[in-house]
Amino acid sequence: MTPQPAPETGPLLGKLSLDALPLHEPILVVTFIVVALGGLAVLWAITRYRLWGYLWKEWFTTVDHKRIGIMYMILGLIMFLRGFSDAIMMRLQQAMAFGGSEGYLPAHHYDQVFTAHGVIMIFFVAMPFITGLMNYIVPLQIGARDVSFPFLNNFSFWMTTAGAALCMISLFVGEFAQTGWLAYPPLSGLAYSPNVGVDYYIWSLQIAGVGTTLSGINMVVTMLKLRAPGMGLMKMPVFTWTSLCANILIVATFPVLTATLALLSLDRYVGTNFFTNDFGGSPMMYVNLIWIWGHPEVYILILPLFGVFSEVTSTFSGKKLFGYTSMVYATICITILSYLVWLHHFFTMGSGASVNSFFGITTMVISIPTGAKLFNWLFTMYRGRIRFELPMMWTVAFMLTFVVGGMTGVLLAVPPADFVLHNSLFLVAHFHNVIIGGVLFGLFAAINYWWPKAFGFRLDPFWGKVSFWCWVPGFWLAFMPLYILGLMGVTRRMRVFDDPSLQIWFVVAGFGAAVIAVGIAAMLIQFAVSIWRRDQLRDETGDPWEGRTLEWATSSPPPDYNFAFTPVIHDLDAWHDMKRRGHGRPVTGFRDIHMPSNTGAGVILAGISLVMGFALVWHIWWLVGVSFAALIGVAIAHTFNYKRDFDIPAATVAAVEDARTRRLAATGA
Amino acid sequence: MSTSTLAKPDEELSFYQLDEHPHPEGHSTMLGFWIYLMSDCLIFSILFACYAVLGGNYAAGPAPKDLFELPLVALNTAMLLISSITFGFAVLQMQQGKVRGTQIWLAVTALFGAAFLAIELYEFQHLIHIGATPQRSAFLSAFFTLVGTHGLHVTFGIVWLLTLMVQLGRHGLIPANKRRVMCLSMFWHFLDVVWIGVFTIVYLMGMLQ
Repeated sequence: MTPQPAPETGPLLGKLSLDALPLHEPILVVTFIVVALGGLAVLWAITRYRLWGYLWKEWFTTVDHKRIGIMYMILGLIMFLRGFSDAIMMRLQQAMAFGGSEGYLPAHHYDQVFTAHGVIMIFFVAMPFITGLMNYIVPLQIGARDVSFPFLNNFSFWMTTAGAALCMISLFVGEFAQTGWLAYPPLSGLAYSPNVGVDYYIWSLQIAGVGTTLSGINMVVTMLKLRAPGMGLMKMPVFTWTSLCANILIVATFPVLTATLALLSLDRYVGTNFFTNDFGGSPMMYVNLIWIWGHPEVYILILPLFGVFSEVTSTFSGKKLFGYTSMVYATICITILSYLVWLHHFFTMGSGASVNSFFGITTMVISIPTGAKLFNWLFTMYRGRIRFELPMMWTVAFMLTFVVGGMTGVLLAVPPADFVLHNSLFLVAHFHNVIIGGVLFGLFAAINYWWPKAFGFRLDPFWGKVSFWCWVPGFWLAFMPLYILGLMGVTRRMRVFDDPSLQIWFVVAGFGAAVIAVGIAAMLIQFAVSIWRRDQLRDETGDPWEGRTLEWATSSPPPDYNFAFTPVIHDLDAWHDMKRRGHGRPVTGFRDIHMPSNTGAGVILAGISLVMGFALVWHIWWLVGVSFAALIGVAIAHTFNYKRDFDIPAATVAAVEDARTRRLAATGA
Repeated sequence: MSTSTLAKPDEELSFYQLDEHPHPEGHSTMLGFWIYLMSDCLIFSILFACYAVLGGNYAAGPAPKDLFELPLVALNTAMLLISSITFGFAVLQMQQGKVRGTQIWLAVTALFGAAFLAIELYEFQHLIHIGATPQRSAFLSAFFTLVGTHGLHVTFGIVWLLTLMVQLGRHGLIPANKRRVMCLSMFWHFLDVVWIGVFTIVYLMGMLQ
């Protein structure tokens, strides 16, 4: 690839001009029209049914961790559909482009698709999903009324959304990075990527990264400071434990990503020489730094789901979790070890046998605490009364799938094997095996498990099972061929192929992706059908699964204040303990409850950040200046607001609780 | 505690706090701010790591010995260290409940901070003038970024100081403002600690090479 000339810039619009609109690419034009029509329809509907005020007051400006959690989940779901359409495009291209065919995607478009797929799936699907889950569940599990910093929580969500929005804008204005999801230099440097793609990448991740770091700090403080009386650290539910470790990892790694991307942007904007090939720069420095963030990141994603599987296995086996203490220590071990393995992502860099051996061994060691977890789940099921409801089905599918992904990971951890398999489709199959089989299956278990808590009715089991039976075999169909192709030496990120004997494997993989697509459709139908039939699926008890942890002690959906009285904890499975000892739910003597007030500052700050990010991408310097000044101004103005909370009057609390008492009496509970 | 329950527990255990005592406002701000500072510390540690790895790559350009003037850096360091002491005085005044004294010492702190920044900007301007620009070599890229990031933090700290002085004037030493003074105090001393690292690793060790 030869260096390309940089485009011209003007004072008013920077690099932005009509050429930036991809009018000559029919796929993008059609996508734009569909998205625009869909968007207009949604906006029309919101206006038609006069929902703007409701959305603004009750949702956009909310500081309620439950609503913020739901908004995170919606963001994740929307971005998941985008990321999955990228996946389908790649599968189709690779199944077609044989025997001289170029497929249907030109190279610069295909390269954007695989980059966007990775970026979106990690940063704007998996991260919002797990952050949303932790936001919703953790305060309930520890008996708290909200997180420690409710405004910061709202701000974090909107920064994540602004990052996602900037990434989506790149689809229709300009282009996205064509570098792969980690944007290694020198390819991502100015010499080889002179256009705006990498800048979109940098600024969407930087904006979202602010949100992620702040939400990590917020959650760690919440878990350390707001636990109900009696809940020592070793009485925390396992999901809360794994969330604590994941958030510690967030705080301890996302600043590394921020710094690394800042250095890359200095290289691109100022002309410094951190990661260039000349003037003493070192591209390998970037690769080291980005993986010092990147490896812990995969544990940030999987750890909370390990917690979900623990909760689900214990609940649906009707037993307390086997080996709680070992589960906690395994989680802590994984947390620490995740820092000591980053170099296994580039054994071929040439660090030598000793360094590679160290990182190969630390990588293999991680499988020990992970294996301990698996045995704990199996022993929890052993002699349990297992109910194969959907969350449990996803958990079993996870155990079978994830183990295979884990074992191929141990294969890749052997440096000599990695020299053969690195950069191949074997690697692609491995990490999809653990991310889909672990993170995604875990999320589906979690959504089916906690949906009744969030909305007061269960998800329809029939469509859930359809989705399950499409997803699981679909996954195997889509990724087993990639293992085989990888073993045969096919490298990743290829657009066309010469050897016609490979085509059948890509066709099978494409078929698998289509089966997964049916699974996704079935899940959307499941949501729709469940909302439609919500009265039949209603749960008035607040405890539809015979749960064991505190979130099931309150109503579904929980009131704004979560718990009318702060629970006191005597045992690990607090709610199970309360039920067993015949606790009484207090029905009188309610008091005023102190709660944080809603604020629009988060939306405004994130909106300004989005404008600033766009201006930075296109080098519109006057707009950068204006939006930066506005950002600082609004932030300072916000600190002059000292009245940030209010009291829910005791009478309101009493009315809400009395209504629940009547509903409970009606169900005979 | 107890009474007014639907069913009686089988033993004398209470499962709910019936006498509500809410968490005091801002009860976890200090811990949160500490954790934020540690995440910021991590950003500096990456910049230090880059300096350690790339700091020897002069690309046939100037090296530390050609560029740094220790007397100037010593003066600069003195400004920042004194500003930490004056911030300490501001906190002492605050603990005695004196709004005016707190504001005055915060102003003195801001002045020393501004002096630090002025000297640093003079140094940068001088280096760029003689051709030692951030673009010249990886060493200079790492130098300007590390020292400049610290300088940006000090700038931000000064903006915060000024904002806080206004807020103290408006509302006095209410708990929220006291908390803010303590947070900014931690931030300011943290920058001092980082500067000691910069002073030692960049300037002193640079001159020793």
